[in-house]
Amino acid sequence: MGMITNYSYVVASILFILGLKMLGSAETARKGNMLSAAGMLIAVVFTLLDQGIVSYFWVFVGLLIGAGVGYYFAKTVEMTGMPELVALFNGFGGIASLLVGWAAVYEPNANTFLMSTVFLTVLVGGITFSGSLVAWGKLNGKIDGKPMVFDLQRAVNIAVLVAIAVCGLFFLNTDGGTSIWLLALILLALALGVLAVIPIGGADMPVVISLLNSYSGVAACAAGFAIGNNALIVAGSLVGASGIILTQIMCKAMNRSLSNVLFSGFGEVKQQKAIEGEVKPVSAEDAYYILEASDSVVIVPGYGMAVAQAQHAVKELTELMEENGTEVSFAIHPVAGRMPGHMNVLLAEADVPYDQLVEMDEINPRMETVDTVIVIGANDVVNPSATNDEDSPIYGMPVIEVTKATTVIVLKRSMASGFSGVDNPLFFEENARMLFGDAKESVGQLVREFV
Amino acid sequence: METVLLTIVLVLSIFLGFELISKVPSILHTPLMSGANAISGITVVGALYSAGGDNPFMATLLGVLAVAFATINVVGGYMVTDRMLSMFKKKGSK
Repeated sequence: MGMITNYSYVVASILFILGLKMLGSAETARKGNMLSAAGMLIAVVFTLLDQGIVSYFWVFVGLLIGAGVGYYFAKTVEMTGMPELVALFNGFGGIASLLVGWAAVYEPNANTFLMSTVFLTVLVGGITFSGSLVAWGKLNGKIDGKPMVFDLQRAVNIAVLVAIAVCGLFFLNTDGGTSIWLLALILLALALGVLAVIPIGGADMPVVISLLNSYSGVAACAAGFAIGNNALIVAGSLVGASGIILTQIMCKAMNRSLSNVLFSGFGEVKQQKAIEGEVKPVSAEDAYYILEASDSVVIVPGYGMAVAQAQHAVKELTELMEENGTEVSFAIHPVAGRMPGHMNVLLAEADVPYDQLVEMDEINPRMETVDTVIVIGANDVVNPSATNDEDSPIYGMPVIEVTKATTVIVLKRSMASGFSGVDNPLFFEENARMLFGDAKESVGQLVREFV
Repeated sequence: METVLLTIVLVLSIFLGFELISKVPSILHTPLMSGANAISGITVVGALYSAGGDNPFMATLLGVLAVAFATINVVGGYMVTDRMLSMFKKKGSK
């Protein structure tokens, strides 16, 4: 690596850091992303000009294929499909690092330090790759989303870990080149990735993608050590830190520890308190009268809204209520949607301005002053058992306290329970009104009432 | 000595990462993640040396594959992040 190339990496790192800093505010975020991309471009161009690169044909073949596929994915993905895409990209990052680590064993001066960094790169890269593919499959329904648990699972996991340690020791004593131990390590790492993700249920995928996001950074970082490249270390650890923080936020929002998410399927459902009271259905016309008379309305959207493709109709309804003089905002639970921040993107796509989106911690203290809450496609995140029923499996999970508002209108297809399979006493509350039907149609009816 | 320097870089970057990311508001967490994805595509730089350097055939082959995968991350990650961020609008700015 030449001196100039190394300095270009310093510039690239600065741009990555500035880019991430600018992601701290919605106003500067887009510029920040461009800055970060510019940093990447600088790093790539200066690397290509480095004297270490002697042949260009295959390099450009790789770059063109990657750019073409990346362009295609970025242009065609639906916003509801973002979690799948991020899972897939995490996997690609992992496999790229694995391959770079693998190629590093052909260095002429392979020593134990190099081999141990290759070991780490291959291990983390392999886990990230196969784990991400399983997560991707679970998210798009190609693999059953239920936690997959089998007998002897723990024993198999331990056996794989032991095998990795043994192969690792033999691998460290090889002197470069693709040895049988390296190949065994790669296969074992891939197996471990699959084993780690299959027992985790679909509802916990936001945690898993965040964690795999972190791993993809760690893999890049390890590859950086293997080839002695600062750019990989800086960028990789930034990504590693980012993924860990998001993982923590997700776990906190579900009131579960990381180990609980990783090592056990969702807890068995204990016998809950019997729910008393009756469900009070409401017609679209009556719901309209309630909304028409409200000064402030808070909409709590869940992934069900996106599934029903109701976000555009919701936006229309919001505008009509605002014209009617009602103050409307959206309360977003951190685990609404299927990845961190997913709901915000879905609403942004429907042209809902971001200053109308309110976080849970901000809305809860002033919920009592809200006239009407509309719950659309959300269930667990508004379940009052989380605060008042110690026997509930989701007890302790922070929720949006919708029952404190004067009236709650719940849009729901039927009385089925939510993602976690837990009953929701909200529907039986004194101030709750159920508007049954497809979310998009119900919102459409409300819109027609207003017009 | 070089290992020590690389480790210092590692430790400082981790701290910096935590500082920076904890300031990102939750409405931007999805773009943050896809943007981070793109940044982890930095592996492309290492891959370029394997693919284009004076290396044995096997290293070149692995390098080319790595270049392709990492470039998907870089190009796809930055583009999709930009696409998302372009949709975030403030009230009244249509």
